Amino acid sequence: MFPAQLTYHRAGSIAEAVQLLSDNEGAKLLAGGHSLLPLMKLRLAAPAVLVDIGRIEALRGISASDGGITIGALTTHAEIASSDLVRQNAPVLAEAAALVGDPAVRNRGTIGGSVSHADPASDQPTVLTALGATFNVTGPGGDRSIAAADFATGLLENALEENEVLTSISVPSVPSGAGSAYVKFPHPASRYAVVGAAAILAVSGGMCSSASVAVGGVETTPARASSVEAALAGSDLSDAALDAAAAAVGGDLSGDPMGDVFASAEYRRAMASVYVRRALGAAAARAG
Amino acid sequence: MTTRIFGSGIRRREDPRLITGRASYTDDIKLPGMLHAAILRSPYAHANIKSVDASGAAGQPGVVAVYTGEDTDGVLNGLPCAWLIPGSDLKTPAHPPVAKDKVRYVGDAVAVVVAESRYQAEDALEHISVDYEPLGVVINPKAATQDGATQLHEDVPNNIAFTWAVAGGDADAAFADAAVTVGDTITLQRLIANPMEPRSALAQWSAATGELTLWNTSQNPHIARFLTCVVTGVPEHKIRVIAPEVGGGFGSKIPYYADEAITAFCSMKLGVPVKWTETRSENYLITTQGRDHIEEVEMAATSDGVITGLRTTVYAGLGGYLSTASPGVPTILHGLMYSGPYNIPNISGTVYGVFNNGCPVDAYRGAGRPEATTLIERLVDLVAAAVGQDPAEVRRKNLIPKFENGHDVATGITYDSGDYESALDSCLSAAGYEALRAEQAQARAEGRCVGIGVSSYVEICGLGPSQVAGAVGFQGGLWESAIIRFYPTGKVNVMVGSSPHGQGEETTFAQIVAGEVGVDVDDVEVLHGDTDNTPMGWGTYGSRTTAVSGAAIAVAARKIKEKSRALAAHLLEAAPEDIEYEDGRFFVRGSPDQHKTIQDIALMANVAWNMPEGMEPGLEASAFYDPPNFTYPFGAHVAVVEVDPETGHIDLQRYVAVDDCGVQINPMIVEGQVHGGVVQGVGPALWEGAVYDDDGQLVTGSMLDYALPRADLLPEIEVHSNTTPSPHHPLGVKGIGEAGTIASTPTVYNAVMDALRPLGVTRVDMPLTPEKVWRAINDARNGG
Repeated sequence: MFPAQLTYHRAGSIAEAVQLLSDNEGAKLLAGGHSLLPLMKLRLAAPAVLVDIGRIEALRGISASDGGITIGALTTHAEIASSDLVRQNAPVLAEAAALVGDPAVRNRGTIGGSVSHADPASDQPTVLTALGATFNVTGPGGDRSIAAADFATGLLENALEENEVLTSISVPSVPSGAGSAYVKFPHPASRYAVVGAAAILAVSGGMCSSASVAVGGVETTPARASSVEAALAGSDLSDAALDAAAAAVGGDLSGDPMGDVFASAEYRRAMASVYVRRALGAAAARAG
Repeated sequence: MTTRIFGSGIRRREDPRLITGRASYTDDIKLPGMLHAAILRSPYAHANIKSVDASGAAGQPGVVAVYTGEDTDGVLNGLPCAWLIPGSDLKTPAHPPVAKDKVRYVGDAVAVVVAESRYQAEDALEHISVDYEPLGVVINPKAATQDGATQLHEDVPNNIAFTWAVAGGDADAAFADAAVTVGDTITLQRLIANPMEPRSALAQWSAATGELTLWNTSQNPHIARFLTCVVTGVPEHKIRVIAPEVGGGFGSKIPYYADEAITAFCSMKLGVPVKWTETRSENYLITTQGRDHIEEVEMAATSDGVITGLRTTVYAGLGGYLSTASPGVPTILHGLMYSGPYNIPNISGTVYGVFNNGCPVDAYRGAGRPEATTLIERLVDLVAAAVGQDPAEVRRKNLIPKFENGHDVATGITYDSGDYESALDSCLSAAGYEALRAEQAQARAEGRCVGIGVSSYVEICGLGPSQVAGAVGFQGGLWESAIIRFYPTGKVNVMVGSSPHGQGEETTFAQIVAGEVGVDVDDVEVLHGDTDNTPMGWGTYGSRTTAVSGAAIAVAARKIKEKSRALAAHLLEAAPEDIEYEDGRFFVRGSPDQHKTIQDIALMANVAWNMPEGMEPGLEASAFYDPPNFTYPFGAHVAVVEVDPETGHIDLQRYVAVDDCGVQINPMIVEGQVHGGVVQGVGPALWEGAVYDDDGQLVTGSMLDYALPRADLLPEIEVHSNTTPSPHHPLGVKGIGEAGTIASTPTVYNAVMDALRPLGVTRVDMPLTPEKVWRAINDARNGG
């Protein structure tokens, strides 16, 4: 519970944060601190330099943008859970934000910190993958965008370069009349997702016109469930159709799910289809 | 006074300072010149230490001293075990405070750094290099007893520290003749106590006076003083132990640990105060854990469900070393309770105390009794299933009939008073048991897995007669003492040797005094926790503080009352036998206007201007109370669960508790104790458990993995009570600190197994995590 010796910098701007990262090899960004600080207290992480971006106002807030909303990286889970803009454009993101951790974590933890930490048991990366969100980053060479599905590259690994800062996340609005849901199996201790499933179902004429489904917690990165989506497209979203689609999730998993003392790989795999089914059921009920 | 303070649910006076963060704990204390200790702990569960090179740490910033086992060897004595159960061939291998040659669990202390700040001390630990030679590791307590298992201590073959037996009647004959026998293997996993405040020690050695002051997170400061004397060699009268605010213990702050001895050693070496406070990670590794039982158990019954016998073989894990009280927990506090609330004429049990490469195990809330109640209640349910009767009815027909003053059971102990059937009836009625069973039948018809669990229990607490303590090898007494001191203004101090740490006795003890002599409850201040200003006592554990320490207060208060009556008679110029007492007033019979209040008496006794011939000045009394018997609270609990067969999730939907702890001093505090106790027993049934891997690494090493109960996973707990006074206690009280924990584990376990029975599931190990339940369901479906 006593972090190792470190140097602390507070960045006043995104440019300064990028500069500090460039000047200090191995430096880590600190936002809400809810992922990094516990690791440092256990001395599982010992960055020599911390760059605190927590007071950069430009990284904060939710705004409407072309075809969707843009969420600043420093926006807290609590702010997302209670945002009308989010509820109107991407209600499943607000639903998931309300299920993150506990009130203290939601009031302090940020969406940018959560996705950058790339913990596959986090809720928001799964939902953002299903939503087809885009992550906007700034580095020494300028700005670039990374698709949500490409952002996490492995267990606790992301696509950011050493000196890049995630600045915001662009979330496209879900189609009008679509139903969406995030259903989670929380670990009884950590509240992280043992399995989390997000589904967005658009309906036209009683048939599923598009489906977007993702599963988290099972593999080292969130998995887009394209087999499930394919099975749903054009279906009537009946119970039988949802059963069949959910059963297809096995084809979207790599065959190498994670396992631990609480939930084995085999169990997580089995629960993936159960939770996808429940997310589909909830989303279908909300569609139309 | 119209409100009867004794027996009323007044608010806990402790709470404002606790819930506003103004209480002062050991780690809050800062002394001039104080240094900070950090302890290097073994990363191996079992290894020889080939060498320790601490030289790299010595020159680190802020480091003042580094000590290893070479330094403490011969200066500190070994940590003693203080419960030497007789007739068990108990082995007591050496337990050095700092390991020198061998480590036996992850967390065993290997070296200590003292530095100007805790951060510096922690950083310096990384510069100590230890050459370990890893050895084989054994965690499962039964496996540890098998031939060929890794042996932890040279002189303890098969790792068996003791073999203890209990017997009454002829169990083998009962089983030979039985129409019905049932059996099971029950695992009660290791539990981490998780007090909100981690352990801490602050030692201040005075070379000038030869006195050692130790602030310490202890449930029993007088025992801590005694054992500090044993380990450090400082004479007992030169040691002052202060347990300031202590933030929960649940048994884990009973033992005397290496850490306080090491802290004292550092202060004595350096001549300045030294503080050590464990991190939460250390708490998980080194602060004593609970349970660790593997119980192979069977019950014999008639075809009508009348229990005729019980046999057990228990492997009780003890960890790498004996902790202070560990041998007594799975034996005296466990096996002697094998009859439970039932007539079981023939009992035979064997308990093996077993060393294994985990954190030492000692008392944890309930200490031995949850382990007994769980096996009894599981077997009673299996008997009910075997004979095709309702589990509540099988309990009823086996309960010991109501008794008011003594009932002997086959294990050789005598329960004080009991009315078990009334408790069961109250609970079934409060739960609406018949309706619940009807709803369950309906749910099952719909394909839902609803289960109802029932348990009856009796427990042993109020520890206990000192003569019995001696006979069962407890290396101390179990009496308590109290001093009540009235000041001239009528205000009162009560000084006790017990050491409440969250249970609310600053409130209930004041209520006892208020009830006995009629002072305002707010005029009574209860002092505890400092060996310099409290009389000797043996501490707070085993639901004994109100039962024993409270009795001492009542006896002392009655002495105050008698002296007051005599002084009142003198001042009123009446004969003592003509003085009557009511609500704090002493008056001449028939003339209530002619009276002296207790405050009048306190003033006159303290100024002593007009004392009767031969009466000493002052108004103060002390009492030493040694109970004639233990107390035996009891009750019945019901739980309702629904299992999601698709995932294995368990939803605890209702919990109904009826507890009978005798006379209640403060029903609100009783209810709070039941709440906390129930939750602490539901946890291990459903979520909690310390898991070590095959290498002896603690897998559940933080609250990210160790699943403590959370409020949103629990229903409203429905708390009810009956009152059967203890016949031998001055106030009729019994004790309520552990009852909930003792009853709730089997109640919830039985409810889940009841839900799963139609699916063909016969056993699942606790904790009943979703995956285990899901696998058991799938295995049963697949004909497993």
